This record gives sequence, C-alpha cells and structure tokens, in this order.
Amino acid sequence: MSNNILITQNLSIGYTSKKETVTIAENLNLNLQAGKLIALIGANGIGKSTLLRTITGIQKPLLGTVLLNDKKISSYEPLELAQNLSMVLTEKLPPSNLTVFELAALGRQPYTNWIGTLSDADIQIVQEAIELTQIGHLSQKKYYEISDGQLQKVLIARALTQDTPLIILDEPTTHLDLLHKVSLLKLLKKLSHETGKCILFSTHDIDMAIQLCDEMIIMTPEMVVQDEPCNLISKGIFDTIFKDESLFFDKEKGKFTFKNL
Amino acid sequence: MNNPKRNTILFSFLFLGLIILFFVNISLGSITIPFKEVYTSLTGGQSSKSTWEYIIINYRLPKAITAVLVGMGLSISGLLMQTLFRNPLAGPYVLGLSSGASLGVAFVILGASVVPSFLSGVLLSPYGIVLASTLGSTSVLLLVLLVSQRLRDTMAILIVGLMFGSFTSAVVGVLTYFSSAEQLQKFTFWSMGNLGNLSWTSILILTICVLLGLFLSLLSIKPLNALLLGENYAKSMGLNFNKARLIIILATSILAGSITAYAGPIAFVGLAVPHIAKLVFQTSNHTVLFWSTLLFGAGIMLICDVVSQMPGMEITLPINAITSILGAPIVIWLLIRKRNFK
Repeated sequence: MSNNILITQNLSIGYTSKKETVTIAENLNLNLQAGKLIALIGANGIGKSTLLRTITGIQKPLLGTVLLNDKKISSYEPLELAQNLSMVLTEKLPPSNLTVFELAALGRQPYTNWIGTLSDADIQIVQEAIELTQIGHLSQKKYYEISDGQLQKVLIARALTQDTPLIILDEPTTHLDLLHKVSLLKLLKKLSHETGKCILFSTHDIDMAIQLCDEMIIMTPEMVVQDEPCNLISKGIFDTIFKDESLFFDKEKGKFTFKNL
Repeated sequence: MNNPKRNTILFSFLFLGLIILFFVNISLGSITIPFKEVYTSLTGGQSSKSTWEYIIINYRLPKAITAVLVGMGLSISGLLMQTLFRNPLAGPYVLGLSSGASLGVAFVILGASVVPSFLSGVLLSPYGIVLASTLGSTSVLLLVLLVSQRLRDTMAILIVGLMFGSFTSAVVGVLTYFSSAEQLQKFTFWSMGNLGNLSWTSILILTICVLLGLFLSLLSIKPLNALLLGENYAKSMGLNFNKARLIIILATSILAGSITAYAGPIAFVGLAVPHIAKLVFQTSNHTVLFWSTLLFGAGIMLICDVVSQMPGMEITLPINAITSILGAPIVIWLLIRKRNFK
C-alpha cells in the first residue's frame, strides 16, 4: 500500500547499558498511514517515550527497522529527516522574545537559506498554518503572553509549517482543561483529514482518544496492539492497560470506571 | 514579524550615532581637539597644529578603533552565549572566560622568567599573548559547557563560572608571589584593561581575529534562531547541533580571547549590550540582534572610553572600572526584572 508513511518491521525497542540489555517491547509491526489520527496509549513508565524516540530516529532500535517513506530512518540526513518528520515536544521553551508568527515560521528552517530568510512562499505557508490552527488573532503576540492551550496550537502550527507527511506529538493534551483538550484533539483530527498528514500523539486521555481517533496503539506490559478503537473495545484490550482491581473498562460507556466505591 | 520600518529607522539612528560618537571620542581627552580639526586630520588634510595631528593619528585614532573592535566583539560573544546556554545572564566575563584568558596571560607574563630566554621572547610576543589568552578562554568555555550538560539548571552554570573566576584569580595570586616587581606591574596594568597603547600591528591582528569571530557568528545566525526553541526542537528542525555548537564556541573563544589579550579583561559589556539590543528592538531574531548588538557594542564602548579619559582632566581611569560601574547596575536591574524573562 502506498498510503504507508511509517512502518516498523519486527522492531524491538529498549536500551543497552554496559552490562545488560533491557527490552521494553519486541516484534512491533506498526503501520502509520496518511490521513489518520493515531493515539499512543499506555500506563506511565510503559515505554511510550522510548517508542517515540525510536521511531523518530533519536534512539537506535535493538532489532528490526523503522521505515519512513520506504527508507530506513537511520539513513536520513538531519535536514532530509526534518523535511519528512516534525515534532511537538513536551519540554518548556527557553525564555525569548519570539512572537507567535516568528515561532511558527521557525518551522521553515529546513527549507530556508543559510541565514534563514523567509521567501514570499514561506510566509504564505506560515500564514496558512496559522489560519488552519485558528491562531491568527495571536500572531503578533509574544509566545509567553498566551495561554498553554494557545501555545500548544502555536507549536502545532510550527510543526505544520515544517510541511512533513508525519507529525508526532508527545502528550499534547497535558496541562489543558477539558474544553481545550477536546478542541485540540478536534483540531488534530481536522488537520489529519484535511491535509492528508499522519498525526501520531501520545496521551493519557483514553476516553477522548477512543471517540476521536482513527486508530490507537495500546502498549501493555505483554504486548503492543494497533487497531481501530471499536475493535480494541470488543477485544477487551483496555482492561489490560492498568493492573488494578478497582479500575475496569466499561464497554457500554467507552470509559474507565471505579469498582467498589 | 518585526516592524521593518521601525527597525530601519532605529538602525539609521544607531549608525549615525556611532559615527558621531567615533568623532566625539577622538576629539575629547586630556586635550580637547575641535571637531573640524579631527575631520581634516582623518581625511588626510593638514591640521592647524601638528601636535593635534600627532595625537590623533598616533594615539586617539588607534584607541577609538580598538574601542569599536572590543565593543563589537565582546557584545557579540555575549549574545552567542546567552542563546547557547539559554541563560539571559551569560556573558564572557560572568562565565569566567575572561578569567581563563587572564590565567593564560598570567602564565605567559609572570611565568616567562622560568622558561629559557629564547622561549620567553616568543611567549611575550603579541602572538604568544593572543594565543595564551585564546587558549585560556577556550578551555574555560569547554569546562563550562561540560558542566552545563550535566547541570540543566541555568543558575548553576553561572555559579560554576563564578567558581572558575575565583579559581583562576587564586592561581594568578600564587603566580604573582613568584614573579618580579616589573612583571607584576605589567600584569596589573593589563588586568585593569586598556584600550590605548596598541601598535598598528596589534590592531591589525585584533581586527583579523574579531572579523574572523564575527564571520563565524554570522554563520551561526540561523542555528541560533533554531536554538531559541531549545536543543531538541532545533535538532528536529534539521540542525546539526554538534557542528553548530562547535562554531559558536569557536567564535566566542576567538572573540573573547583575542580581545582580552589586547585590552585586558573588560567586564559586563558582553552581558549588558545584548540586553540593550533586545530591549530596544523587542525581538529575538538573531538577524536583527546581530547587527544591533554590533552597533550598540561599538557605541557603548566608545562612550565608556570617553568617560574613562575624563575629558579636560589630566587623569585617566581604567576602562574596566568604568564598564563595571555602568554595567553592574544593569545586571542587578535585569535580575530584578527577571520575571519578565519567563
């Protein structure tokens, strides 16, 4: 299928220290397709970050390969990789005077000349990204003057200007209230469907992801499964995410409930 | 985006101001020389008093050029460090680069008597001092960098810089104990900072070093803009981080090292000037900041030099004292305002 943007073949992830090799998950055969919004779910410490670091080429796999556009991710030059894969990270931005527009425009760096001059075409792309993410009214504000939810949209706009077929977001909904979580996920869904990009994000908001995502990747200590949310529900995967007696997944309502309260 | 019109006006004013300051700087001193005479002397005409012409060509012009070079170089090296270390309080003096350069120079000046005479001749030559100073500042910068990779806390980096400063001054103290009065005097004069007394040959070497440093900084503008979002984002945007960092470090060391070698350790200029540029131009875009820092640096150094010459009086104050008196309050003010840096 030509729709595949990123696939992993028999991928084993983990890390090696001096003495031992710690395997977090093995035999992963994931498939990220164009135009799909995909959530990565798993309990804290299960290895979501390791998986993201491995498929973005920051960390080497223990075994197997990661193919981005049919090419091994390890064989990409930094600049070429930046033109195929953009990221939204959780880390705090260092202090600066950047405006929203300037921040979004930094995404054009893989395409601009040695001093980073924006051409008219570049400015056009930045404007479009700002419109798509609905932050036009903020574009002249400094990035530290806006709210967390707005900043998250600006960072998504920056990833959009990087003009890549794949965008990966690390816990974009953390620190946001319910309303902003929903509007952010809706935005991601709209973007993936309208622009044909593949968007992968990790999150702890399982019930929301079930309602909004095209596919989900669930990480449990035993296995890693990728499927559509309704199939995952009928397979009963969600009960295996958390090892706790008092928490169970209500298939009817599509969310987690407490037992014995 | 920045207001391009506002920037053009600001740059025009800055440039004009710099030219005026350059003339004012040459005109003022223990003897005041009229503007008109300065102009005729500099454009190759005959000044009405030959002593004036002598003073201008042999003393004040080289000093003014040195002030411009020193101001530009130190300010740019401060700008580079503030972005690289993600720390608004970084600068060549605060991070201990100047102390490192001092240590290098101290070894050369104070230690020259220990080595055989043919070697001490090489060491004490202008090249020897520049080399020692650059090596000193580079090694401190590398140490700071090493520490900064272990400590993510930006304040800790400053304290480490301060410790390097104390350490090097202690070593210098030990060295002075074993040196002669003449060597000690030479070193003490150097450490107070001095923009004058540079031969045209020295100015040429300094110009080449500063131009090289500025050229490397110019190449770093795009990486510096990427680094505004932090190391990981910069990498995700295709930046070859190790290469970019190497160029930035090289530029900073060459600038701070060569300037400290010739003009002595000059405090606060490298820290304060980039902030003035950032405040006036209200931007973090390094394309704008590079040129504005360059112009502000040259201008402020010329002003400091005029003040240190105490126009109309017989005395001259050490330049380091002036930059500290003007710079320290700026740093305190920045710290108090730090909430706004977020």
